[in-house]
Formats: sequence, structure tokens, C-alpha cells
Amino acid sequence: MTEHRIRFTLNGEAVDVKVAAERLLVDLLRYDLGKTGTKDGCSVGVCGLCTVQVDDAPMSACLLLATQVDGASVRTVEGLASPLQEAFIEEGGFQCGICTSGQLVAADALLRAKPDASDAEIADWQMGNLCRCTGYYGITRAIAKARDAR
Amino acid sequence: MRPFDYFEPETLDEALEILAGDPDDTLVMAGGTALVILMKQDLVRPERVLGLRRIAELRDIGASDAGVALGALATLGALARSQRVRGHTVALASTFAAVGTVRIREQATLGGNLAHADPAQDPPVTLLALDGVAVAKSRFAERRIPLDGLFTDLFETSLERGELLLRVELPPLPKGARATYKKFLPATLDDYATISVAAVIATDANASVTHARIALGGAGPVPLRARDAERSLAGRRLDDAAIREAAALAAAATDPIEDLRGSAAYKRAMAEVWTERALREVA
Repeated sequence: MTEHRIRFTLNGEAVDVKVAAERLLVDLLRYDLGKTGTKDGCSVGVCGLCTVQVDDAPMSACLLLATQVDGASVRTVEGLASPLQEAFIEEGGFQCGICTSGQLVAADALLRAKPDASDAEIADWQMGNLCRCTGYYGITRAIAKARDAR
Repeated sequence: MRPFDYFEPETLDEALEILAGDPDDTLVMAGGTALVILMKQDLVRPERVLGLRRIAELRDIGASDAGVALGALATLGALARSQRVRGHTVALASTFAAVGTVRIREQATLGGNLAHADPAQDPPVTLLALDGVAVAKSRFAERRIPLDGLFTDLFETSLERGELLLRVELPPLPKGARATYKKFLPATLDDYATISVAAVIATDANASVTHARIALGGAGPVPLRARDAERSLAGRRLDDAAIREAAALAAAATDPIEDLRGSAAYKRAMAEVWTERALREVA
């Protein structure tokens, strides 16, 4: 029942809010802070729709309590400005689009961690981001294109 | 999710104090990948959650008595990348890298993984084969728990109320030891293993086995050591007959739980196949 004041950076801007102990990060982002690009899909950390970056590392916002990002730097799809986004358009990196923001946030984290990621590393890293349209070839091509453009 | 009181102390002593205040109704959270799901699904209903994330000393991946000491709050991703882990055993680094997905590895921790005691998890299997010892501390005492005494039943450990896991210590491996971790994943790569096997073997100048460890995951209610199989290899060359015999003994040591990854009989059969493959790799 405890309430907690948390302060963190969201897409470069300071956030200072009070949350209940059981508030999930995905709900804080979507319902309190209006960042609806972060989707709540499977809710058990498997599908990748809610992928956000916490201090540059990809994590599932559905598995994080909001209190766990106190003091951290959080990036959502709204905070991306990357060649990845153009590459997804050019290479048809999506079909229905529901997984796209998670795919982009995960791929951006990959290119931050490993700017020269091999094709195998791209496949391994993106394994946790499901595309139920099975549009994986376009997604992989888009990430490789963004990598090569750097 | 049901409401709870959340505590996030800065030091280990404070954490132990908070835990001791109401040990029966407090659950400990490290990364949260397991606990948050259990709470969301109403499978656990803690009145209090003790978050450990601020206790920096528990993140260390350091040296210990010629071996390594892996902090309970080290993430699986940090362990997979650690040169110290890789320097001890490449197969251990690969084991951490084989867990779930990159998101899980960045959030989940070693201590959470062990305390959760899911028998299909990867790290306990390799850590068992490497003779890992958990170090736990309460407000009153610190004690060492060899990992084969940590896991007592499905999602149950011998950790006592009021105890926190601090680290896992691994002794140095025998000179020239070879190790592997193999994971049978018939469905998807991010799945839990149907069966997994870790094997560590050292041999002398005559190629006779001087050290053998075989551990299995997904093979029963707890990750287990196949001790009869290990003993069968002592002093022998790892030839075809020795490998087949050990693999059959390893399968006999299993007590698999039937689930969506297969029947008990199927998992036992796969335990034999994958033990054989693991032993051929380190032969």
C-alpha cells in the first residue's frame, strides 16, 4: 500500500511522480504519462511489445515495477530518432504494426550496444520480439540496413 | 496486482533488518522477472516486497579462493558478458547467454534465478556441475549451502525465512577440465529446455577420467546431479561404451514431470540422448 516518489529521465525529460508500490512501468507510461507507443501484449515478458530501454538495456515494461526505474534513464519509441525508423519503412519492416514499437526499441538498443552487430546477432537479439504476421525478413533487412548506414 | 508495501533499502544490513521484521509475509525481489509475474497472476500474495536493487555490493562478479564469486544481484546478461566468468568456464558464460531473451537477461539476476528454483532454468544446471556453493546470510549468521542442497522441491529451496542469498562461489576447475551445457529446445529458442545437461570432465595423461560432473535440468522437481553416472566414469576412458553407460545411468536418475514439453518417458529418453551428446563433446 506504500506510495513512492520516483524520479527518472524519460526520453531525455525529467519525470517526478508518485506511484503506488504495485504500479507497473508499462501502466505508468501508458496511462499516466501518455506514452502509448509502449504496448501491453502478453503481460508476461515474452512477446516484446512493451520493450523499453532502461539505461540503454532492453527490458519488458510489463515486468518492471515503476519503482524499479527510479534514478534511471528510460527510453520509449517516442524518444527514438534513428535511421532504423526510415529503414523499417523502406524495407517493409512491419505488416499490422502492433509489434513495431517494441521491435524498434529493441533494435535501437542492439545498435547502441553493438553497432557492428552481425546478422546472427541481430537474429539472436530480436528473438524476444514476436511478429505474429511473421514479417521477420523485412524486420531483419531493416535493422541490417540501419547498421550498414552508420 | 494486489497492493503491497515496498521496501528498497540501500544496504545489506538494512535489508536483513527489514526481512527479519516480518519474514513470513515478505517476499524478496531482485530483478523481478519471476516475482512480478507471480504477483500479477495472483499466485503469490505478499504483504511486503523487499527490493534489493540498491545494494550495489551484491552486483560484484569477483574472485574468491582461486575461483570466482558471482554476486546474487549480477544480471544474467552481465554474467554472460563477464570476462571473469568466461575465464573460469566458457560454458558457464554460454549458459547465462542461453536464458530466455535479451530483455530477460538484462533484468533477471543470478540470486533471483536460484531462489526462484524453477527446475527448467539453465544457470542452476551448469552451476551444479561446477560445484557451486551458495552463500546466504540472515541477521544472525552467514552460511554456505552447496547447490545440490539448495534445491529441495519444485520452486522450493533450503533458504530459511530471514535469509538472503549473497553470492555463488565456484572453486577452480581441475587443470585441463572441459565443460559444456546443452539445451534441448524442440519448439523455440527462447523456450525453457525440455531437457538440459551440463557435463564437466577432466582426464589424466592416460585419458582416464579423474573428474566427472553431470547435471540435468528439466529432469525432475529440482535440477539434479547424476551421481551414479559420474561414478561410472571414474578411472575410465571416455569411449563409446563408457559414454553410453553413463548416459543410461543419468536417464535413470531423472524423475521428470509430464508437461507441455513432453511426457515423463519422453523426457527420460531425451535425458539419455542429450547426456550422451554432452559427454561426446567433452570427451
